[in-house]
Amino acid sequence: MSVAPASAAPAPARRQSLDVETLRRDFPVLARQVNGKPLCYLDNAASSQRPRAVIDTISRYYENSHANVHRGVHRLSQEATDLFEGARETLRRFVNARSTREVVFVRGTTEAINLVAQSHARPRLQPGDEILISWLEHHANIVPWQMVCEQTGAVLRVIPITRSGEVDFEAFLGLLTGRTRLLALAHVSNALGTVVPVGRFIREARRRGIPVLLDGAQAVPHLPVDVQALDCDFYCFSGHKMCGPTGIGVLYGRESLLAAMPPWQGGGDMILAVSFERTVYNELPWKFEAGTPHIAGAIGLGAAVDYLEALGMDRIAAAEHDLLDYATARLAQIPGLAVVGTAPEKAAVVSFTVEGVHPHDLGTILDHEGVAIRTGHHCAMPVMEFYGVPATARASFAFYNTRAEVDRLVAALHVALEVLA
Amino acid sequence: MDLKDLYRDVIVDHNRHPRNFRPMPNADRHAEGFNPLCGDRLTLFVKLDGERIADVSFQGSGCAISVASASLLTESVKGCTVAEAGQLFTRMHELLTRDDASADTATLGKLAALSGVRGFPARVKCASLCWHTLDAALHREAVPVSTE
Repeated sequence: MSVAPASAAPAPARRQSLDVETLRRDFPVLARQVNGKPLCYLDNAASSQRPRAVIDTISRYYENSHANVHRGVHRLSQEATDLFEGARETLRRFVNARSTREVVFVRGTTEAINLVAQSHARPRLQPGDEILISWLEHHANIVPWQMVCEQTGAVLRVIPITRSGEVDFEAFLGLLTGRTRLLALAHVSNALGTVVPVGRFIREARRRGIPVLLDGAQAVPHLPVDVQALDCDFYCFSGHKMCGPTGIGVLYGRESLLAAMPPWQGGGDMILAVSFERTVYNELPWKFEAGTPHIAGAIGLGAAVDYLEALGMDRIAAAEHDLLDYATARLAQIPGLAVVGTAPEKAAVVSFTVEGVHPHDLGTILDHEGVAIRTGHHCAMPVMEFYGVPATARASFAFYNTRAEVDRLVAALHVALEVLA
Repeated sequence: MDLKDLYRDVIVDHNRHPRNFRPMPNADRHAEGFNPLCGDRLTLFVKLDGERIADVSFQGSGCAISVASASLLTESVKGCTVAEAGQLFTRMHELLTRDDASADTATLGKLAALSGVRGFPARVKCASLCWHTLDAALHREAVPVSTE
């Protein structure tokens, strides 16, 4: 048996770009038809699709290993616990948290933000204290703060955005006061695609001792995220936007802050000992996971991370960036089309309006052509108000989309213009 | 389902050139309608002459279906009694939602152009928003109508 020298081994495939045509076969749904046409799925910012690896992992778990976690001494309970906690370790590594104590499973980004609002912010806030968010935020990063402000008498301050859809850094500096208690920012805007240069915002906030929460729902599926490098205090994201199941997501929290926070919900799993006189809460992260968790969801999310990492987050980002550039150039050729949100750094999201055609009509006509996009306010009504539009059409791309699908979007938009304009 | 079933010429025309699209400063009744799904917003104004709808107009913005539907509504109910408008509302509701809606669309006039909406369930609320808003203007307190 001969062993080839290492130098003769083929170059690692990681540096090559993604083989999209092949990996598309990993996604069963991409083979289906809509209205007699191949599905062209461009609504990834709302929710991505699932590769077979994730679907199979969940099925396998239910078929072979399901039992409740952290409880039984029997075999299935141990297997389920190992798979569940193994997924937590996968997620820890994925965002580079220091330990799994900092990785709390939640229902999704929305629940993660609510947890921080109620468990971190609410006990600390005094009347007149300030919470700072930006104009770009998804409703999930607005309403929980409004609620906690109502509960405590704190005040919500909003950093304005520029015409291009960037968070105004100078205005942010002016809004930092001695009463600012928390900065909650989108990492990537869901409505416009803006990648917020969060590093400089975090530095300024942390320098003043202000904790920072990032809404990473739109960032984690598309960019490599390292919570230690970001130096944020909380980072929230959802499984279903990153090829994982719905109903599962992660709250990363800096351990010192999580340790100081009271539990979010009470129940089983979040306790060590209960008597009617006194309950001893469980350790991190289980202190924040009352009740039987979404075990299959967490395991499926772990499988999604494995899938994404095998492709390589850097290659995913590069593939999506290529689609963004191509789509932006192609859409610019459509008469009357205006792109909303033109920040220099964007994720693969193109929000747009077409003169004389309401976004909702675009959505119906595109669907008729087999092209799925989102139309509406994208759960970011203040952003729509800022641009003076009731709604936009939004095409959002994933790594499994192709330039040919961008062409189909463009062709379908021409159909819409023929029908309505 | 063909796109032209939804976007018939009458609808495209009424979207491009909505009729009675104006404010009515001396309206006896008005109501606001809002469809959060697509951001349709409209205000409907009614001038009454006893039980009769002497004039009706609307303002707002929305998708082609909602604008055309409101435009067609104004043409259809002008001159009707309040009771007759209520009957039209019921018939429109059937036309938009029931597969077995009676084939008797001839008496609906141009409103029958909206029958294709039935094949696009996501758009039924767009077409019915103006009718719910008219109902509110004629019968209810002045609170905004929402299709959610």
